[in-house]
Amino acid sequence: MEKIKYYVKQNTPLFGLFVMMIIVTIIDPKFIQLSNISNVIRQVSINGLIALGMTFVILTGGIDLSVGSVFALTGAVLAKMLINGVNPLLAVLLTLGLGLVLGVINGLLIAKGKLQPFIATLGTVTLYRGITRVFMEGRPITGFKSKFVDNIGRGYVLGIPIPIIILIIAVLIALFITKRTVFGKEVYAVGGNEKTAHFSAINVDRVKIKVYALSGLLTTIAGIILMSRLNSAQPNAGLGYELDAIAAVVLGGASMSGGKGKIWETFVGILIIGVLNNSLNMLRISSFYQDVAKGVVILLAVLFDRKKYYK
Amino acid sequence: MKIKMQDISKSFYGVKVLKNINFDLEEGEVHALVGENGAGKSTLVKILTGIYLKDSGSIFVDNKEVNVGSVKDSIDLNIAIVQQEIATLPNMTIWENMFLGRELKNSWGFLDVKKMKEITKEKLINIGLNIDPDIIMGTLPIGKQQLITIASALLWNKKVIILDEPTSALTTKEIDVLFDTIRKLKKEKVSFIYITHRLEEIFEISDRISVLRDGEMIGTNKTSDVEISDIIKMMVGYTMHDRYPKMKNTSGKTILKVDNLTCEPLYRNVSFELKEGEILGFSGLMGSGRTEIMQTIFGIIKKDSGKIIINDEEVKINSPIKARKYGIAYITENRKEEGLILDFSLSENIVLPNLKAILNKMKIIDHKKQEKLAEDYIKKLDIRTDSPKKIVQTLSGGNQQKIVVGKWLTTNPKILILDEPTRGVDVGAKYEIYEIMNELKEQGVAIIMISSELPEIIGMSDRVAVMHEGNLRGILNKDECSQEKIMTLATGGK
Repeated sequence: MEKIKYYVKQNTPLFGLFVMMIIVTIIDPKFIQLSNISNVIRQVSINGLIALGMTFVILTGGIDLSVGSVFALTGAVLAKMLINGVNPLLAVLLTLGLGLVLGVINGLLIAKGKLQPFIATLGTVTLYRGITRVFMEGRPITGFKSKFVDNIGRGYVLGIPIPIIILIIAVLIALFITKRTVFGKEVYAVGGNEKTAHFSAINVDRVKIKVYALSGLLTTIAGIILMSRLNSAQPNAGLGYELDAIAAVVLGGASMSGGKGKIWETFVGILIIGVLNNSLNMLRISSFYQDVAKGVVILLAVLFDRKKYYK
Repeated sequence: MKIKMQDISKSFYGVKVLKNINFDLEEGEVHALVGENGAGKSTLVKILTGIYLKDSGSIFVDNKEVNVGSVKDSIDLNIAIVQQEIATLPNMTIWENMFLGRELKNSWGFLDVKKMKEITKEKLINIGLNIDPDIIMGTLPIGKQQLITIASALLWNKKVIILDEPTSALTTKEIDVLFDTIRKLKKEKVSFIYITHRLEEIFEISDRISVLRDGEMIGTNKTSDVEISDIIKMMVGYTMHDRYPKMKNTSGKTILKVDNLTCEPLYRNVSFELKEGEILGFSGLMGSGRTEIMQTIFGIIKKDSGKIIINDEEVKINSPIKARKYGIAYITENRKEEGLILDFSLSENIVLPNLKAILNKMKIIDHKKQEKLAEDYIKKLDIRTDSPKKIVQTLSGGNQQKIVVGKWLTTNPKILILDEPTRGVDVGAKYEIYEIMNELKEQGVAIIMISSELPEIIGMSDRVAVMHEGNLRGILNKDECSQEKIMTLATGGK
């Protein structure tokens, strides 16, 4: 019994997710059907990819508020390229490159400019959004045609939606990076104690630049998926997405001060948000109440989780 | 005020850390409490100050049993503690710090700043500090801050003051002031419990000495009845003939040459040479520039001018990564802030400077290699832990220090710089660290050791460099080394 208690305590988010799923299933058994579960995961794939990048950033003790704007800007640039007849594969690659560069800019401001991550990305979230609106002249971009890009958001492989496949692959790669690479170890070290990392001959600046680049890249992939699903790029796309991503990371149990957190826990956090959204919709609760419910769940989860560190 | 602690026991998580301890304190007495890290000294005084609750036993004040159930209870009993790690607010003035939470108010209910400053000034003069109460705390050297913390404890008319390692950040001069203050207060019937690792000190200041070992009271003696060697024997449980290992002269060819290194205002025109298989001691007061020179060699602080030459070749070291490439390792004096990631495990800490060592053929991290490496160093350095997965925060200071040393030994350094390697480390572990240094020296590693403890510097070094206010005042050979000579140079004398 003691052992079970300990295990539950160490994995509060996972058990929270199970409890939630059981309750929702009891209220409406349709929830547990494969088609609905697959729907939940597809819905979370966008926030999920952003949250994965955010996990790396938060593991170093940083934060990336700019993701929503990176999301919009890269989507807009891709749409424009497609409309102008650029080869779709090339266009996607260039867009990914742009996302990487936007992330690197964040990283340089933080690592070399010695700005606090909150301040630096508070600046770039506005800057990138502004550039997006200027670039789009405030109007959505629609009417591009590309089978390749369409498939990214709407296609299937072996009956599985492609966004789910992308998310799963990204989770697996992220797991591998955190567990089995020098870079992964360095990320934890920088977040655990930046000074010690520096004194241990770890290139702290480079680690920071890399995590923001990674965040930019994953956000861009998420942006491409949404653009493909909607078949349009919106100047206001991704507004507030940073909050959902941070919420997922925190729900997973990561510490905002860095050094503590796991990829699979973020994945659980992503699913919690997904199940919550899905079930509130199924139960036909108005979107105003949905926000109230989400806020309460986040606070409860974090309060429970605190006990793990402060007993 | 007399205090008597009788049959005190305390357990944490089923482990007995105090076993039926008897301890008493007379009025106007300085009673030293010594023991290795983890012996139970801190736990005992934490029970007296209400931070921990005792499991059993009784506490008497002036022969009346009292209940110390909270920090407030101990404050009401006029017991004060000055912690080892000073807790001041660095951005506030001295007087604001002194009156924090107990500010004086005038009849209008506003702060009586004038009166608080006056009292502060008076108390500062009492402890030999003639400085302005408006000075910002953080701009003062640590030693002065420590003295001021002690002054604050005195401000509230304490009858019993517990000093936990009060001198670890003080200069010799400041220690004298502290001791004078203690002697003065003794006459006013204030009693002291004095915890320290520096055994020389307690013979200077204490009336009685109690030794704790593994949660047991080994004995209480009048200071005049015992000698240092008796105390060490009681602390470690066996006789230690020498405090330092026997050292051979193994100096080889010059490996590091520092030429006119300058970084204003920290230090200037520093030149010295370091040979393979040699221990070069660096002495000097805190803030004399010792640490900063070493951090320049290690690529953390940028130099203004001067040269660093390794194996006859000038090198540019602008980061610890470069330093590592040249075989330099720097073991910081600040193990908690710069040496370790406290809530990471032992093995995760030990591999940090050399993560490449735990990659397999596919360039992927091999966790078995990590555990193996950690276990090797646990054995090599005799780190006492039940598993390499243990979180380093839960280990004693001596074991933590061995991890900081061990993590850099994984890089096989040619030049090893140790900054206060035995600070806050108990006698047994100290000796073990000396032995590790000696072994490395015999293997031909060139070692620089910064230390504020004169016996240690003299006992361990082949040569001793002495710094004073950023200038290298001289390098003494082993045969011309004496405490007086070093102190004279370190304080600016000829």
